[in-house]
Amino acid sequence: MQNFFLPVFGVTALMFAVAPFVIANAPYESTMLLVQKIFYFHVPAWFVMFTAIFISGVYDAIYLFKGDRRADRIAAAAAELAVIFGLMGLVTGPLWGRKAWGVWWQWDARLTMALLLEVIFIGYLLVRKYGGPGSEKLSAAMAVFGMLNVPFVYISVNIWRTVHPRTSVVPTLGPGMFGAFWFSVCAFMLLFVLLMALRVRFEHQRAKLDDLYLAEET
Amino acid sequence: MIGPMVRVLSAATLPRMSRVSKMLRRGARLLVTVLLTSAPLLAMQPPTGAATDGFVPIDQLPPQEQLPAAPLLITAYAVVWVLLMAYLWSIAKRLRKVESEVETLERRSAGAARR
Repeated sequence: MQNFFLPVFGVTALMFAVAPFVIANAPYESTMLLVQKIFYFHVPAWFVMFTAIFISGVYDAIYLFKGDRRADRIAAAAAELAVIFGLMGLVTGPLWGRKAWGVWWQWDARLTMALLLEVIFIGYLLVRKYGGPGSEKLSAAMAVFGMLNVPFVYISVNIWRTVHPRTSVVPTLGPGMFGAFWFSVCAFMLLFVLLMALRVRFEHQRAKLDDLYLAEET
Repeated sequence: MIGPMVRVLSAATLPRMSRVSKMLRRGARLLVTVLLTSAPLLAMQPPTGAATDGFVPIDQLPPQEQLPAAPLLITAYAVVWVLLMAYLWSIAKRLRKVESEVETLERRSAGAARR
């Protein structure tokens, strides 16, 4: 881990230091103006959340069908990160909505489904922590269920009439906006890799600790 | 002479008039119903302030727009940083605690094996 951690940490730190300047230099959007710049960290946070949920769902499916405990540990690490990045998206979104829509929150399809997705993964963490023996299998099923919700959350803006910008926004970004946006996405993805490495290490160490306690008892 | 003529005329025109007024009344009722039922639908229309199909870049930000949006933008950015820092601190703390416990147990079990 040491081999890749430091270089990735350096690049990520540099990207996060440069990101405010890149975002500040991106052109203003014609109707939302300054507040649209929240988009440069609101959307990457959701991208990372969806990636984390996908990892959690796939690894928990492996755990459910093959009983691989290593897969369960990776899934648990990804689920916690999904909650953190989802929280970022859920806080930055209403801050943008207050200016763009005039309200903090709308119970429309996208916002409600995104909130439910966050709640599913908060539930996952609570079940793991307080569910007692066997709660890993229960939470694994929750992660698979949560992963299946992601495509619906993503395309909800195109299916139902919502106030939220559609998925067509990202592919049609202008040149100045396009670069700044994908720069932010890369920075967030690298950050996710770093946090994931730390969190997986923590899960492995915890499993090692459990094994040591068990060995000491026997 | 005039009396029978008026009676004949009114007998011919009155039913037509009442049919027309009935139709008008029905039309008015229909219009009122349509307006009343469509009012909530119109109220549910999404606000048109935000672009939903695509973002159009512009060069200059009008000065009146700078102040109200800036605190929201800064708050959003600060929230991201605070959450990140808090999470990093939390992981580092948990990791350090578990690693020190692992170290203690490993040392203890190594000592027991030597004995």
